[in-house]
Amino acid sequence: MEAILVFIFIAVGFAGWWLWHEKILDKPWTTEGTETDLRESIGTILPTRRTGLAVFLAVVTSVFALLVSAYFTRMELNDWHPVQEPGLLWFNTVLLILASVSIHWCSRSDKINTVKLMLLATGGFTVFFIIGQFMAWQQLVIEGYYLQSNPANAFFYLFTGLHGIHLLGGLWVWFGAMLRVFTGVEIEQAKISVQLCRTYWHFLLVIWMVIFALLLST
Amino acid sequence: MAYVALSDRGQVISHPHSWITKYVWSQDHKVIAIQYGITAIAVGVLALVLSAMMRLQLGFPDTLSIISPSEYYQYVTMHGMIMVIYLLTALFLGGFGNYLIPLMVGARDMVFPYMNMLSYWVYLVSVIILVASFFVPGGPTGAGWTLYPPQAIMHGTPGADWGIILMLVSLAVFIVAFTMGGLNYVTTVLQARTRGMTMIRLPLSVWGIFTATILGLLAFPALLVSAIMMTLDRLLGTSFFMPAIVSMGEQTSYDGGSPILFQHLFWFFGHPEVYIVALPAFGLVSDLLSTHARKNIFGYRMMVWAIVIIGALSFVVWAHHMYVSGMNPYFGFFFATTTLIIAVPTAIKVYNWVLTLWHGNIHLTVPMLFAIGFIFTFVHGGLTGIFLGNVVVDLPLSDTYFVVGHFHMVMGVSPILVVFGAIYHWYPKMTGRMFNSAMGKWHFWLTFLGTYAIYLPMHYLGFLGVPRRYFAYEGIDFIPESAMALNTQITVAALFVAVVQILFFVNIIWSMFKGPKADPNPWGATTLEWQTAETPPIHGNWGPELPGVYRWAYDYSVPGAEKDFIPQNQPPAPGEKVVI
Amino acid sequence: MLVAIVFMLLVVISVAFHLLSPWWFTPLASNWDTIDLTVDITFWVTGAVFIAVNMFMAYAVIRFRNRGPDSKRALYEPENPRLELWLTIVTAIGVAAMLAPGLVVWNDFINVPEDAWEFEVVGEQWRWTYRLPGEDNKLGTSNSSFVNINNPLGVNPNDPDGQDDLIITSNVVHIPIDKPVKLLLRSKDVLHNFAVAEFRVKMDLVPGLVSYLWLTPTRAGTYVVLCEELCGLGHFTMRGKVVVDTQEDFDAWQAEQVTFAETQAVAKGDAVAGQPLYAVCAACHGQNGEGVVALNSPKLSGQEDWYLERQLYNFKHGIRGTHEDDVYGQQMAPMVAVLADDAAIRNVSAYIGTLPLHVSEQSTSGDVERGRKLYVTCGTCHGMNGEGNYATNSPKLSGQEDWYLRRQLENFKTGVRGSHPDDLFGPQMGSMARMLRSDKDMDDVIAYINTFPQVVTDKVAQVNLERGQ
Repeated sequence: MEAILVFIFIAVGFAGWWLWHEKILDKPWTTEGTETDLRESIGTILPTRRTGLAVFLAVVTSVFALLVSAYFTRMELNDWHPVQEPGLLWFNTVLLILASVSIHWCSRSDKINTVKLMLLATGGFTVFFIIGQFMAWQQLVIEGYYLQSNPANAFFYLFTGLHGIHLLGGLWVWFGAMLRVFTGVEIEQAKISVQLCRTYWHFLLVIWMVIFALLLST
Repeated sequence: MAYVALSDRGQVISHPHSWITKYVWSQDHKVIAIQYGITAIAVGVLALVLSAMMRLQLGFPDTLSIISPSEYYQYVTMHGMIMVIYLLTALFLGGFGNYLIPLMVGARDMVFPYMNMLSYWVYLVSVIILVASFFVPGGPTGAGWTLYPPQAIMHGTPGADWGIILMLVSLAVFIVAFTMGGLNYVTTVLQARTRGMTMIRLPLSVWGIFTATILGLLAFPALLVSAIMMTLDRLLGTSFFMPAIVSMGEQTSYDGGSPILFQHLFWFFGHPEVYIVALPAFGLVSDLLSTHARKNIFGYRMMVWAIVIIGALSFVVWAHHMYVSGMNPYFGFFFATTTLIIAVPTAIKVYNWVLTLWHGNIHLTVPMLFAIGFIFTFVHGGLTGIFLGNVVVDLPLSDTYFVVGHFHMVMGVSPILVVFGAIYHWYPKMTGRMFNSAMGKWHFWLTFLGTYAIYLPMHYLGFLGVPRRYFAYEGIDFIPESAMALNTQITVAALFVAVVQILFFVNIIWSMFKGPKADPNPWGATTLEWQTAETPPIHGNWGPELPGVYRWAYDYSVPGAEKDFIPQNQPPAPGEKVVI
Repeated sequence: MLVAIVFMLLVVISVAFHLLSPWWFTPLASNWDTIDLTVDITFWVTGAVFIAVNMFMAYAVIRFRNRGPDSKRALYEPENPRLELWLTIVTAIGVAAMLAPGLVVWNDFINVPEDAWEFEVVGEQWRWTYRLPGEDNKLGTSNSSFVNINNPLGVNPNDPDGQDDLIITSNVVHIPIDKPVKLLLRSKDVLHNFAVAEFRVKMDLVPGLVSYLWLTPTRAGTYVVLCEELCGLGHFTMRGKVVVDTQEDFDAWQAEQVTFAETQAVAKGDAVAGQPLYAVCAACHGQNGEGVVALNSPKLSGQEDWYLERQLYNFKHGIRGTHEDDVYGQQMAPMVAVLADDAAIRNVSAYIGTLPLHVSEQSTSGDVERGRKLYVTCGTCHGMNGEGNYATNSPKLSGQEDWYLRRQLENFKTGVRGSHPDDLFGPQMGSMARMLRSDKDMDDVIAYINTFPQVVTDKVAQVNLERGQ
């Protein structure tokens, strides 16, 4: 359970820092030390969505940290036979990096054509990544690494599958942004979506890198 | 999206026009709260009926019982799971969280109203899946609410075919619903507090619900992960949790898995879950006590810190549920220590509640009766928790009726008393009418005394060594006839308490139509929800402008003030120094 | 006001209940008086807090209750850091006072004395079995893949250390008094928990690993072993006994037990040798074991031999057929006397196994649909088609005649059958049979059993096959 405890430790540390920042030690019944509430962001859309997304990413991190914890625990038991990861995963990793780069580019650009192109590229690379992951599964099945034959295999499918599902969820938001960008309505909304997608894609890239490194090293 | 996040910056809220969008597909947090509340209470009544059937078997095994051992274990499981998750978690967070957070922090709605609406409907789907398991071949799972493998997915357990799968799926769906709601509650508190409402000015109700939601968001994934892994074990034959076993004489294809891994994951969720239920109760009861004692909550800052510290510590005590699980026994030292440390902030909360009464001006209204009733039962349940947390004391008591008595006292009776108190407290705001006070008092007395008569004796059955989760006790030498007589008494009390709840429903429904019109602020409370222009508040909660907050939530009986309370949004008197 | 008085009364009642309660720990039978002491310490500390907090609260409610419009305003007192600090310190001291002795005793519990005598407890759905180390004082290795009907504990047949292990398939085990014993806990299927109230200690049995607990028994006597981890439908019937003996009694008991090697050497039943023995049985049960209602003799053909063997053994040793109300059982008991020894019992059972399956005419007078629902519980052990299962010690029901099933259900319910202290599995069936509360319940479930196909089931064939090997 080390991985999840590390995550909880970090989360608690962050919460402590934030509460300190929010003047948790003030005496609210006096005016001593109390400062005027200068928050700019009350009820505005982008900071609100960003906060919402950040909280959601914490939840997803918790899911993966728990899986990693379970992985380490299960690995200790004596029936563990590591998976020979297909080389295709390296190629897929490059695809996911490219998706991340293009969404980043997309969010930074003011030119509508670049935005359209990069948004399209993000979706394309992501879809190819998911297809690539699926092909990796098929390769493993052909090589005899069945889901039920060893826990190492089962974890491999579970990790990649859950990661893929999260990407599919991201593609749903991406699809909404696409519609808006290409029809040209609610372009402000689309910009917000792209901003959020950028964070999400970067996050899932990091998660994938961690999982991949974990799978390779064990 | 139907409409964008609400703010006070000139955006217009789209008010629903048709009955359907107003009451069914509503995005108003208050309507969603009531939908959550009604669904949770309805499924809770089902769980109550199940417990009555179990008590009939335990109290009158040969005469009045109508259930078989299979049904007994199925009801044990469903009763526990429904009460903990589908009733208490949903009611405190989906119900009270939804209703109170936007009102208390001065927002027009949750920040993601559409997702909030989805959260309820997905929750409803999870409830339907759960209840559907009563109608599938083999019935619901009888694995106990802890769903320990290998037992949960093997053939000696009722509902091992369909029931367990529906249970796992329902839990996964519930977690999705909870996550959608939880993102709302947390983000609303973080981003939509009105001007002047700093964190340290929040009412403790919001602190409790906010912290509990964060615990839930981080802890429910453990249940999700273990549910997915167990489903794979059951359906696809993986061996995450399943070791090599011989099931009823037949070799299985499982090999090498670890049942204890499941227990770690489960309790990594399961222990914070206790606080997911307890922290909102702590928060709500603090506000009830303060309001009805006309006194500020004693040691507000300490109360906030205690909530946060308890929340953080709740993640490092989980294995105290596993002292006799066969895990590495050296863990016992660590977890016993952390568990007893958590007793300290919890005790401080109790002291501060009691000290809030000291030098107060105590109005023994119906909500107040429930609030101080809570202190009594919570002290009892908290102290018995120390027995079970102190690793070696747990040895004779674990898996006996002591455990049943303890957790019903601390997680059943105590939060439910707060639920009732809170419903009575906010009833005038939610409906615009007063409830019948006399009937409310009868409801309190009969429930409070009745539950004490159920659970106090259970602890003593536990000392005797009577095991829990037993369908029948015949032929156990050390259990005397008198213990069975005690069991009968417990059953009588339990049935009595169950029937008494009719008073609550009659009161709530009757008063909704016939109760006297309520004042907007009948209790003289300071928090924002009592300061709305309309009662019940309309969609959007506030008039053209959001309220500004000038003070903390507990300015009761301020010396020199005209009334014995100053609402949070009351502008400063001339010469009074306040900070927005 | 009233509420405060009631709170005070409740505190008084709780204390009185505690002091007067006849329901308290069973008399201790092990060295774990330290656990009782820790419980007492915890009780004193928490009891004091319970009384203090609630009495203070009640007093506060009385003193500061609202007395109408002229009531004094509450005191404006946001906090009192000094008071809160003191309360924190006092609480911390109280907590430490409970925790410290707890940890010391826990340390004793997890560190087993070196001279402790080890034996193994094996749990399965839903019975206890045991393995003692035998002469070499060393347990052989085991693995679930070795489990079969002749090797129920999965002892490694190739391990020399295991050959002299004593296999106790009865749910009763004896241990010597005043000697530390370490119980190695192993499960074949699901989680179980070995708990003896008088010993105070308990621990889960976890499939896939060996857990342990230790104690020194200090009082001779017989104590109930309960399973205290939910292990499926029969959880509440999973009981055993542990007998604390003097060293001499223990040695004598141990000498009677069979070693693993001996259990492997038992010859399988010889049907040819069994045929002449069956002549006596045939007088009542029919030439082909078809049963004779008029003589109250049940059908034997199609029944599994392990079950017949056990019933014959029970009749022979007075475990079945000795209850004063068991009229027909009493007739059977003297008949078994013709079977001289266990080998004869095995032989005649084997012969019955060769009899052609007699298909009975079954009446269906009950409500089959209702019976199907009731049977869910029965089917967990007896098989969903009544095929029986040696692993749950449950005989085949399909094809058995309804008059006999009905009589046995009644006998189990009323304790006419299965209540003998040496009957290992009878009490389980008794507990289960009592869930059929009315005559209609029994009729319906039997009506459903009557619908099962009457065949020689795979299960029987499989068991016979294993026996042959």
